[in-house]
Amino acid sequence: MKKLASVMAALAGLCLAASVQAQEITVGFVTSLSGKASSIGLNYEKGFNAAVSYKSDVNGHKIKIVRLDDVSDPSAATQAARKLVEQEKVDIMIGTSSAPGATAMMSIANELKVPLIAISPVLLKIPAEGHPWGVAIPQTPDLMVKVIADRMKREGIKTAGFIGFNDSWGDLVYNGAKAAEAAGGPKVTSNERYARTDTTVTAQALKILATNPDGVYDGGSATQGALPLLELRKLGYKGGFFGTPSLLNRDFVRVGGKAVEGVQVSAGPVIVTSQLPDSHFSKKIGTTFHEIFKKANGVEADDGFSGYAFDAWLVFLKAAETALTKAKPGTQEFREALMDAIYADKDVIGVHAIYNFTPKSYYGVDERSLVVVKLVDGAWKYQP
Amino acid sequence: MNAQIAAILTMDGVATGAIYVLMALGFVLIFSVTRIVFVPFGDIAAFTALTLAALENRQFPGTVGLVAVLAVVATAMELFAILRAGSLARIPRALFFYLVLPLLPAALMVLVRGAPLGAPLRIVATVALILPIAPLIDRIVFRPIADASVLLLLIVSVALHFALSGMGLIFFGPEGVRTQSLTDFSVMVAGVPISGESILIVIAAAIFCLLLFLFFEFTIQGKALQATAMNRTGARLMGIRPAHAGTVAFLLGSAMAAISGVLIAPVNTMFYDSGFIIGLKAFVGAIIGGLVSFPLTAAGSLFVGVLESFAAFESSPFKEVTVFSLLIPVLLWRSYTLLQPEEDGEE
Repeated sequence: MKKLASVMAALAGLCLAASVQAQEITVGFVTSLSGKASSIGLNYEKGFNAAVSYKSDVNGHKIKIVRLDDVSDPSAATQAARKLVEQEKVDIMIGTSSAPGATAMMSIANELKVPLIAISPVLLKIPAEGHPWGVAIPQTPDLMVKVIADRMKREGIKTAGFIGFNDSWGDLVYNGAKAAEAAGGPKVTSNERYARTDTTVTAQALKILATNPDGVYDGGSATQGALPLLELRKLGYKGGFFGTPSLLNRDFVRVGGKAVEGVQVSAGPVIVTSQLPDSHFSKKIGTTFHEIFKKANGVEADDGFSGYAFDAWLVFLKAAETALTKAKPGTQEFREALMDAIYADKDVIGVHAIYNFTPKSYYGVDERSLVVVKLVDGAWKYQP
Repeated sequence: MNAQIAAILTMDGVATGAIYVLMALGFVLIFSVTRIVFVPFGDIAAFTALTLAALENRQFPGTVGLVAVLAVVATAMELFAILRAGSLARIPRALFFYLVLPLLPAALMVLVRGAPLGAPLRIVATVALILPIAPLIDRIVFRPIADASVLLLLIVSVALHFALSGMGLIFFGPEGVRTQSLTDFSVMVAGVPISGESILIVIAAAIFCLLLFLFFEFTIQGKALQATAMNRTGARLMGIRPAHAGTVAFLLGSAMAAISGVLIAPVNTMFYDSGFIIGLKAFVGAIIGGLVSFPLTAAGSLFVGVLESFAAFESSPFKEVTVFSLLIPVLLWRSYTLLQPEEDGEE
């Protein structure tokens, strides 16, 4: 009997310890450390490392982090999200490095009512009832094209050819260009497409030349984004090239060489932090980010992705401050309080953007989240 | 479209088509001798490009690991077969052909790791590294099921493509590569710019066609292959070992995949999984040749290249649709005009 009592006492002690433990906030982080998206996933991982070294407690509450790899597979991302919620009992999730993966996680977040800060675009409808259980950090493709289209208009470009990937990314950029045209931007004269595996785009380039546009939109990405530009220059095209942040890639510059010199793209300000004027919102936090990133990872941050992971952390920290005053971590009330706080917080400054989230959309960024950069002598230069 | 645009498109199409010619000839060669539609052909070409790029960037090519894995598995299988047959005298020979010979270029690669190599040396090293892949795959996967039906061989071949492209991801990583141009030469012919690269590709394809022709017409080995292609049982009765003929066919195929890989690498960014779609288009060319005729295959592949070029000009989003839709009328035409002999009652 005595023994039983002591066991009970020990159990009670454990329960007490557990309830004290629950005071720490649990965050689940998912990225792709293997598989197709791993080259991008690794950037997110590094950005997250920097974020955690930046600040790892909220008002004295420790933050416990559970990290999972989704092997670049949306169904593994789904499982990871379920595991985080059901086994690890996380208060909030951050993830993952591909749009299909982030979209899959968002549907789990909506289903299980756990907040998610997506660090890739989310292609999901807003639920008909209630509010969505998450937000997405990145700039929308529409915005990426709009900013560059506005710049083209400012430079007096009246007509623009379009060449892009024969996939959903190409569609997004083309639709963005058409939307910009409807809003008074340059007239889109062609809709040429090519595949990532194509060996040549001569035919498409000839078609664009035939319409003789003032500039050309590049709706490709990374290394293969250089292919049409190389071809157009080879055929003697003299006009300017314009693109989206997906061209901000070392291999794009290496492969494109002289042909892509002078190409202008819209980009998150974190890409050119050191060149920004002091008055720019991203200057201060961006400088801090670059310093911490180097300390945490031993290399310089030269991509936009790590910045998304960092901003997700900032949005979370800000919301957690408010939420802690309303509920205890580890409870559903705390998750709700976090989500409410993310919507309530106004003008949260990150390295990419000033975030204002609403329950009406997953996205909360505006045109301030993109600057225009130009490739000069193989390096990206800020164009005020 | 005016005459000049048509000329540029044709030139471009011929250059693309020439790559398809090389690959399609490999398809036909392997198919006619072994009855295997060797789907991973494109993957091997992509691996070649990745190897070449790795050497160029002074990195250690992933091919070494791939070949090592394949060689060890093939040797183990060969030794097992020999032990079961109890003919121990064949062991040294098996060790030499399945372990030492394939690993020789790989071992050299380990020795010179990181050393700067000149462009010709890089290409030779790459081809030497790639050469053993197809024969080793043949030993591991196809030799044990050599007498199975064409359909079964095809299904295994498709599965093999997925396995290889997965291994490609392990050994080469997800990054795309593009190598330095082989030549900066360029010439204007009647207002049409022709790049040295395209000329090289076309010349390489032409040389290979010629070499294949000479090989089949004037060498015993070539005639043995041809005999195996025509009738396996008959060839066997004449003292030709079909398994040996298969190895030779795969070796030649590997060489052609390697050459096309070397030629594509500077004109296109290659990823570990880029080879499949290129191989598929070459396959359309091979189908036009009925998977038997070399000249028809070459013509068909060139046609696919030119068609692709013009289709891209007319409506680029539907380019692939146009190329692959071509398969349907071609198959119909072939099945109506050519009465295929029954295939030894196997299916």
